[in-house]
Amino acid sequence: MGRAAVVPRPRLAIEYWLLAYRRRWKGSLLTSFLSPILFLAAMGLGLGSLVDAEVGSGRDLGGLDYLDFLAPGLLAGNAMMLAVNESTYPVLGGFKWYRTYMAMAASPLRSRDILLAHFAYMAFRVTLASFVFLGVMAAFGAVSSPLAVLAPICAALCGMAFATPTAAFVATRTNGDNFSTYTRFVIMPMFLFSGIFYPVSQLPVVLEQIAWLTPVWHGVRLCRALSTGSGVEWELAGHLGYLVALILAGTLLAQQTFTRRLYE
Amino acid sequence: MQSEPAGPAAGVCCRSSYDCNRKARCPYPHRVSLIAAWGLTKRFGDFTAVDGIDFEVQRGEVFGFLGPNGAGKSSTMRMIGCVSDPTGGALRILGMDPSREGTRIRSRLGAVPQQDNLDEELSVAENLYVYGRYFDLPRSVLRARIAELLDFVQLTERADDQVEPLSGGMKRRLTIARALISDPEVLLLDEPSTGLDPQARHVVWERLWTLKRRGVTQVLTTHYMDEAEQLCDRLVVMDRGKIVAEGSPRQLIERYCTREVVEVRTHGQAAAMADALRRLGESPEAPAADTPHERGPSSDQLYERAEELPDRVLLYTDQSERLMAQLGGVEHESVLVRRSTLEDVFLHLTGRSLVD
Repeated sequence: MGRAAVVPRPRLAIEYWLLAYRRRWKGSLLTSFLSPILFLAAMGLGLGSLVDAEVGSGRDLGGLDYLDFLAPGLLAGNAMMLAVNESTYPVLGGFKWYRTYMAMAASPLRSRDILLAHFAYMAFRVTLASFVFLGVMAAFGAVSSPLAVLAPICAALCGMAFATPTAAFVATRTNGDNFSTYTRFVIMPMFLFSGIFYPVSQLPVVLEQIAWLTPVWHGVRLCRALSTGSGVEWELAGHLGYLVALILAGTLLAQQTFTRRLYE
Repeated sequence: MQSEPAGPAAGVCCRSSYDCNRKARCPYPHRVSLIAAWGLTKRFGDFTAVDGIDFEVQRGEVFGFLGPNGAGKSSTMRMIGCVSDPTGGALRILGMDPSREGTRIRSRLGAVPQQDNLDEELSVAENLYVYGRYFDLPRSVLRARIAELLDFVQLTERADDQVEPLSGGMKRRLTIARALISDPEVLLLDEPSTGLDPQARHVVWERLWTLKRRGVTQVLTTHYMDEAEQLCDRLVVMDRGKIVAEGSPRQLIERYCTREVVEVRTHGQAAAMADALRRLGESPEAPAADTPHERGPSSDQLYERAEELPDRVLLYTDQSERLMAQLGGVEHESVLVRRSTLEDVFLHLTGRSLVD
């Protein structure tokens, strides 16, 4: 037929997600603004004034005001929440309700292109929301280092460390029955016990050690170090490595479950 | 491929592919099929959806898979579309093996799935645009082709409207346009008109008929006899994963059915009337009708087969005039003589009982 062979690439499918996002960016950005404002006002300023009076910028918070301590933690936690949202129902919908993935699978795109495109879009969403979050943090005066501009990237990595294995799992589901259980009993405890609201050293030793294993703790440590400009460098490399390793593992897993689901 | 391909029939070129470059020197009859399957099988766990079927589709023809729900039509279609891996047998599409060259094959196919999977939040034109981008078509090419295709499926006025509020028929036409965006060599249609109202179905058929005239090869599944009769050059009837008959609609009717069907209506006394008709027929009923069979040479029998329904008896006959003349002796409400249709063949081959 004399036409060049199609070279499938994830970017071809990313265009779809961006086009779809154009329809909802206003609402999504508004949420990205409001959520940090509410959290930082209520907990950072409200609760923070009590904490600062009691603890007095003590040793436990690493010499930080409560707002400065809390804000970067919330940045990472917020990224996790958003990434989990984006990788549950939208992924199941791609197979089942909207059948977006099925439409893509009938084209030259391969399962790898399909999932990488969606992951790239999720990363884009989470990064964008995290930069908005950082902007709100700055407005609250909760940023004390120029390195903070890198924090949203780390928050997005934290989010994707959740999104990739979550999507891999969702691809094996026929309905969304377990999703709220997953959010309530897996994600929510991590939000509460992984060093966002207080240092994990305050926890019993067992819980503290469990917290070290959660991706969100690593994300929180990264964001806090970058936003306050104080942290041990080799430790940060370890956090980054841990998150990247999880993203790679999650992507490989998703490659398997997506392929099985798409071509069954 | 998990199992050894069954291979082509003896005495036929082993290459089978329509791109074969040894065509001139090959001593065997050469297969020039666009699509060829031997012993094609699809199993889901213990369930065998497609049970070792053979078929070939030639360039330019409209080929149909006809069968009741659950016959394995869609599973076959998904394998042809390279979105489902066969569990046995061999399949060649455009001369290529789907398990190794799925991407290349799919770049030359257009697929209309059974369930529409348009993006309902995007506009009509945007749906075509993103799909064209999956095929890496440049924007400039797409712009022209979208306009052309929207005109073809009569959706030009709705180009910028969101898809969600469109009618079922419009969505179906848009899905067909989307499948044509890459100018495919083969168009795959899985139940193209299921769920549409009569007007919408006829518009879809008319469009498919136009494509056929333009020489686009089409493979479709359907359980509508009229659809198969109107569109298909050749078709296979599938039942429980197997092919039970193959031919053109006319051939199938000639082979598996009589020329005409006489429908004798009654007031709910079908059983009694069937007895009377049976006596009238002088001859016993045709061989047990529970297994599909080909017709023997036509005989002097008044009718070949009788079928009893709640309100009428169907008499399959080549001698309707003689039969009509004799009907006066049997009490009935009304009589209708009609030509046999593919539906008669279909019901004969796959039975009247409901398969779920």
